[in-house]
Amino acid sequence: MLLEFKDLRVTYRGSRGRLPAVRGVDLAVDAGETLGIAGESGCGKSTLAMAVLRLLPKSAEVSGEILLDGEDLLQMGWGRLRAVRWTGASIVFQGAMHSLNAVQRIGRQIAEPILVHEAKTTPAAAARRAEALLERVGLPASRARSYPHELSGGQRQRVMIAMALACDPDLVIADEATTALDVMVQAQVLQLIAELVTERGVGLMMISHDLSVLSAVCDRAAVMYAGRIVEQGPAGEVFANARHPYSAALSAAFPVIGDPAARMSPGGLAGDPPDPVRLPEGCSFRPRCAVAVERCGAESPELLAVPVRGSAGVADAARVSACFVAQEGMPVVL
Amino acid sequence: MSSEEKTLTARDLRVEFGLPGGRVARAVDGVDLDVAPGEIVALAGESGCGKTTLARTLLGLERATGGTVAFDGVPLRYSTRALKAYRRQVQLVLQDPTGALNPRHTVYDAVAEGLRIHKIHDDEPGRVAEALSRAGLRPPEQFFLAYPHELSGGQRQRVVIAGALVLQPSLLVADEPVASLDASVRGEILSLLLRLKEEQGLGALVITHDLGLAWSIADRIAIMYLGRIVEQGPVEQVLTAPRHPYTRALVSVLPAAPAVKAAVAEPIVLAGELPDASKIPGGCRFRPRCQEVASGNAAAVLHQCSGEDLHVLGPEAEPHLVACHLDRALHGDAKMAA
Ligand SMILES: Nc1ncnc2c1ncn2[C@@H]1O[C@H](COP(=O)(O)OP(=O)(O)OP(=O)(O)O)[C@@H](O)[C@H]1O
Ligand SMILES: Nc1ncnc2c1ncn2[C@@H]1O[C@H](COP(=O)(O)OP(=O)(O)O)[C@@H](O)[C@H]1O
Ligand code: SF4
Ligand code: SF4
Ligand SMILES: [Mg+2]
Ligand SMILES: [Mg+2]
Repeated sequence: MLLEFKDLRVTYRGSRGRLPAVRGVDLAVDAGETLGIAGESGCGKSTLAMAVLRLLPKSAEVSGEILLDGEDLLQMGWGRLRAVRWTGASIVFQGAMHSLNAVQRIGRQIAEPILVHEAKTTPAAAARRAEALLERVGLPASRARSYPHELSGGQRQRVMIAMALACDPDLVIADEATTALDVMVQAQVLQLIAELVTERGVGLMMISHDLSVLSAVCDRAAVMYAGRIVEQGPAGEVFANARHPYSAALSAAFPVIGDPAARMSPGGLAGDPPDPVRLPEGCSFRPRCAVAVERCGAESPELLAVPVRGSAGVADAARVSACFVAQEGMPVVL
Repeated sequence: MSSEEKTLTARDLRVEFGLPGGRVARAVDGVDLDVAPGEIVALAGESGCGKTTLARTLLGLERATGGTVAFDGVPLRYSTRALKAYRRQVQLVLQDPTGALNPRHTVYDAVAEGLRIHKIHDDEPGRVAEALSRAGLRPPEQFFLAYPHELSGGQRQRVVIAGALVLQPSLLVADEPVASLDASVRGEILSLLLRLKEEQGLGALVITHDLGLAWSIADRIAIMYLGRIVEQGPVEQVLTAPRHPYTRALVSVLPAAPAVKAAVAEPIVLAGELPDASKIPGGCRFRPRCQEVASGNAAAVLHQCSGEDLHVLGPEAEPHLVACHLDRALHGDAKMAA
């Protein structure tokens, strides 16, 4: 397994006391595999991403294990961690395109991590690699001489992807990397990401609040709510046939064009995610859940295998859901 | 649209911006569009295609350099008084509720602001309460003294909408009203727009780059490319059987029902990006990126693609309109003028 989270917990200490942002996450990503993570803002997606490269602030308490190729990132010394940050795993953040250095040419910025992490590479060789990377992400090599302001948002986001790939990492984490982009530019960037995964066998953890984007790119999808994974399964299945009421609501928020049921009927979910400082008793989704049963107020459901449509009640190991109703094989939407 | 009553119309609308070096950006370059009361029209297109400029011009915030904007059959006049009267009828709703609200103003003050600008002093609390409750914030009195930071994203966007509703306009122009909102809140705001239309006959022009939004709430849709509308018509027709190559490409990269997928073939990911508004290609403005040109499908009309400008007429000409020479050759109609 390339990347494995084992009972990861992250708690921020702050003015409001202890804020549990990630509350026991188990996940795995294999080489050449793409795992999508969906969920509303504040559910802990970025915290999870930042934990992998130990980019969390000092106020964050972290427990559990994050194994990269079997090695626990949380126990690593800083020297080793620095090496891992570009060559083992790299991140493309939301709005990362704004984090390019405004007064440095694009080519220099891509070459820099190569020079830092590969002592034997000459500046000329690094510059050539930077140009090759630009071409790989669909930009002309001559763009190496451009400054960031000379590029469009979509082009800058491609530059960020080129940078993330500079040191040939085994794992790439994309946190809302296409959210701010247009449909067509987003499609271009997603197509590029998918090609790179197949071609280089990298593992990809892709974070987005748009489940439809994840279903198009990812093999598997995990849905996060209030710091926990509440459903996981094959990405297309989770999107089209959710086994948790929360995933169902997320899917409905992004309608399928041509679907008569979605026409003139915007889907959604009333209410807000719970305040992590004051989580409800029982299932944390209960205050917004339309299919809750009595048990939901008292017990917190675990993530267990659930039966899917047509399986005659037999639980499918590839589909897990933290919902009592789904675990009974009952419908999760009214 | 047979009746002009309370309809917002744009005819051959043009907005140019002078750029350094004497170049001219043709941000809006000949747009015909109608929005009638009781209908929701979606205006979709990629970033930089001119949507916001068009919206601002429809509201008189930007002066057209050509063509006309008219409301209720009367061309827009730009005196301060005329604009003030006009904006009671046609209200702008901005994206990003956090930016649109002053963090130090209560919900009451935020909503009452429009009344104060328009010097409407009778029954201010009653009007504010009514607007909040029409925007779904009930009971309204409970929200009067709240500050923006105490509200959820969806509630904040409702306050912004209440601020527009308080003047009892007949039309809203909403620029990306849900772009910055979470999946769940999105549905809540879109339902509100739909309900205002159905129950109160409010019309809206909703600007978005999200075609799914159009499928959720719009009656008609106009697809804009580089300053001009290249296809418009009823949402069902335009999105399930798109005809302009650009619309077909847009629909092809979105999650769509199998029947729609079959109609537009495999995903068409266009190469390149929207050209600069100061460098609009001659002939069909989509030609440099057109997949039909690249594949050779358009060979028979190629001389027209590169030499003949295309213009979509206003919606009264025909319900479903397409600015494409190939489409014209295939469908054999000549409902377009150069
Ligand atoms: N004041 C201005 N001066 C010069 N050019 C401008 C000005 N305002 C807009 N433009 C140009 O006009 C074109 C259309 O811009 P506009 O903001 O209307 O796009 P948009 O469709 O709303 O994009 P988005 O989806 O990113 O909001 C762009 O090429 C833009 O750079
Ligand atoms: N540096 C921080 N200090 C305190 N709380 C934080 C910090 N970063 C995030 N949080 C809180 O942790 C929770 C999860 O946040 P985040 O991981 O950013 O979610 P997402 O990426 O899913 O939007 C939220 O309640 C957020 O307010
Ligand atoms: S466990 Fe109960 S409250 Fe939680 S999602 Fe399932 S039905 Fe709803
Ligand atoms: S007119 Fe020609 S170039 Fe333009 S969209 Fe149609 S086929 Fe393509
Ligand atoms: Mg985040
Ligand atoms: Mg805009």
